[in-house]
Amino acid sequence: MADGATPVLDVRGLKTVFRTRGGEVHAVNSVSFHLNPGELLGVVGESGSGKSVTMMSLIGLLPSPPADVRAGTVMLGGRDLLKMSADDLRDVRGAKVGFVFQDPMTSLNPVFTVGNQIMEPLIRHMGLNKKQAQIRAAELLALVGIPDAAARLKSYPHQFSGGMRQRVMIAIALACDPDVLIADEPTTALDVTIQAQILELVKDLRQKLGMAIVWITHDLGVIAGIADRVMVMYGGQVVEQAPVRELFANPQHPYTRALLKTIPSLTGEREARLQVIEGQPPILSGAPTACPFRARCAYAFARCEVENPERRAIDGRAVGQGHDVACHWTAEVAHA
Amino acid sequence: MLTFTIRRLLMAIPTLLFISLVIFLLVDFAPGSPMSQIPLTVPPEVRLKIIEAMGANDPLFVRYLLWLKQFFWVEPLVLFDTLFGTSHAHGMQRIVSWQSRSPVMDIIWQRLPQTLSVVGSAYVIGVLIALPIGIYSAYRQYSWFDQLGTFIAMIGFSVPTFFTGVVLILVFSVNLGWFPSIYDTSLRVTDWESFLKQVKQMAMPVAVLALYNAAQISRYMRSSMLDNLAQDYVRTARAKGMAERVVVLKHVLRNSLIPVVTVIALGIPTIFGGAIITEQVFKVNGLGALLINAIHGSDLPMVQTLTFIFAVLIVMFNLIADVLYGMLDPRIRYD
Repeated sequence: MADGATPVLDVRGLKTVFRTRGGEVHAVNSVSFHLNPGELLGVVGESGSGKSVTMMSLIGLLPSPPADVRAGTVMLGGRDLLKMSADDLRDVRGAKVGFVFQDPMTSLNPVFTVGNQIMEPLIRHMGLNKKQAQIRAAELLALVGIPDAAARLKSYPHQFSGGMRQRVMIAIALACDPDVLIADEPTTALDVTIQAQILELVKDLRQKLGMAIVWITHDLGVIAGIADRVMVMYGGQVVEQAPVRELFANPQHPYTRALLKTIPSLTGEREARLQVIEGQPPILSGAPTACPFRARCAYAFARCEVENPERRAIDGRAVGQGHDVACHWTAEVAHA
Repeated sequence: MLTFTIRRLLMAIPTLLFISLVIFLLVDFAPGSPMSQIPLTVPPEVRLKIIEAMGANDPLFVRYLLWLKQFFWVEPLVLFDTLFGTSHAHGMQRIVSWQSRSPVMDIIWQRLPQTLSVVGSAYVIGVLIALPIGIYSAYRQYSWFDQLGTFIAMIGFSVPTFFTGVVLILVFSVNLGWFPSIYDTSLRVTDWESFLKQVKQMAMPVAVLALYNAAQISRYMRSSMLDNLAQDYVRTARAKGMAERVVVLKHVLRNSLIPVVTVIALGIPTIFGGAIITEQVFKVNGLGALLINAIHGSDLPMVQTLTFIFAVLIVMFNLIADVLYGMLDPRIRYD
C-alpha cells in the first residue's frame, strides 16, 4: 500500500448541497481524499458529519432534487464520475463500485429471493445468462460464508438473520468484482458478536480479492482494528487525515482528540464519568466561513471565527499522503 | 395455503348462516307489506288468500328454514338441471318474487349481464387507468402530472356519481346529442352497427363509474408506491446499477402491489352489487335497480336473496384477497 501508487479513487473538492424549504444545506464542503489500490480507508465522524453523503454523492446515489453535487472531480479508472451521464454512471455502480449499507434488515427487497437479488447485477453488468449467474451467485454466497449456498439462493431475505443478510449484501456488492467497496456503517445495526464476524469476513475477503475499501463508521474501535488510513470528518469537511497508527498515537485536531477520549477504557483507573463532547454538530446552512468545530472547541480563538482552516500537512509530506489536519490552533499554537 | 383455504371455506359456513339470519330478520322487521302493491279494491278475504298463497303469513322460523332450503338445495339443483339437462328439481318450490311471481334467480340471471357489462367494465377500466397514474404520480411526486392527477382524483372521489352522471347527460345527450341518455336493455349485439350502439350507450355510465373507481384506486397505488420508494432496498437496487425502469417497475411495484391487489379484490363484490345510483340515473336495469325496486315493493324473497348473494361474494373475495396476499408476499405463509 505504497503512498506513491496511482489511487483507484481520487476525489477532489467535492461539494454537495441539499436544497430544502428552509434554504440550502451544505452537507459536503470541498472534501478531497484518495483511495490507494487494496487500501482500507476508515471514515469516522458523528452522525450528520457528511460521511455517508460524501460517499453517496460521488456515485450519484443521492436523490436529485434535493441533492445537488456542485463541484469537484471524482476520478475512477481515469474517468470523472461527476461528468458522466446517468446511464454511464449506472454501468459503474454495482460493477466498479460496490455498496454495503447500514441496515441489512431493510436493505434487501423482501419479495425477491436472495438468489434473484445477487444475480441481478451479474446479468446486468457481466452479461451472464441466468444459468451462469446462478452458478456465480452460489459461489458468492459460499464466499461470504453462507453454508449450503446453492440451496439458500431460493430463500427470501426474511428467512435469514441480520448477520446473514449483511453477508448477502456483501455478496451483492462484490458480485462483479469491484475496484472499490464502499461500506456505510455495515456493522452498526448488528450485535457485537455478529459485528466481529462481519469484520473478520471483510478482512478475509480483502486478502482474497484485493479490492480497496472505504469503511464508514462512528466506531473508532472498529477503525483501529481494520483500517490502514483514517479520515475524520466534521461538519461536512475532512478535519484530519492520517495513517491509522499515527492518528491514534498522535491526534492533532481538537475534535479527533475529543473523539478518542470518548472511548471508554477497560484498563486502568475507572474515570468518574464517560467523556462526551459537549454541544451539537452544526447545521450547515450557507457555505462555511469559519471553523465548523469552533463552538464546541476548547481551544478556539479569534481566527477560528473568521476563517475556515485549510488542511495542512504536519509531517512535511503532501496533504492526503501523510498526516494532515485542518485547524488554526494546531497550526499556530501547538506547532508554533 | 391449501389447508388454509379449506379451513377458511369451512369457517365461512357458520359466518354465512349467521349473516343470512341477520338479513332475514332485518328484512322481516322492516316496515311495509307485500300487500301495499295490491289495489285497495281487492276484497280483504281475497287479500288474505293471496298472502297465504305467498306463504307470507307463516311463522318466521318456517319461512327462514324454507328459504334456506330453497337457496342452498333447490336453486343449486335448478342450476344443475339447466346446465346438464337433467330434472332433479322437478316439482320443487323455488324462491319466488312476491312482486313478479317469477323465480328470483331467473330475474337475477336476466339482470346480471347489464350490471356486469356496465359496472364490470367500469371497474376494469378504472383499475387499468388507476395503476399507471398511481405509479407515475408517486415516482414524480409533486410534479404537474401528480398535481393534476391529485386534482382529478379529488373530483372523482368527492363529486357524487348522480351529479357527474347528470352533468354528462346534460352535456353529451341533451346538448351535443352524442350518446343516448337511457340505456336500452333490449339491444342485441348482432353486427358492427349494433355493437357501436351498445358502446355508445355504455359510454357515459361507464365513464362516471370508471372515474370514481380510478380516483380511489390511483390514490391507493400512489401512496403504496410512495411508501416503498422511500425504502432502503430501493437504494440497494440503484447501488447495483439497475436501470430506473427496473428499480421502479420491478422492485418497487411488486412490493407496492401487495396492498393494492387486496383493495382491488375486495372491490369486486361491489360490481355485482351494481351501482345503485348510477344505474338509476342512466336507467340501466341491472342488479342495483332490481334491489331498489324490490325494497320499494317489500319483495322480501328478492331483497333477502340479493342481499345474501352480495354477502357470499364479499366473504369469498375476502378469502381471495387473503390468498392473493399470501401469494404476493413471501413473508406471509398461512400454513
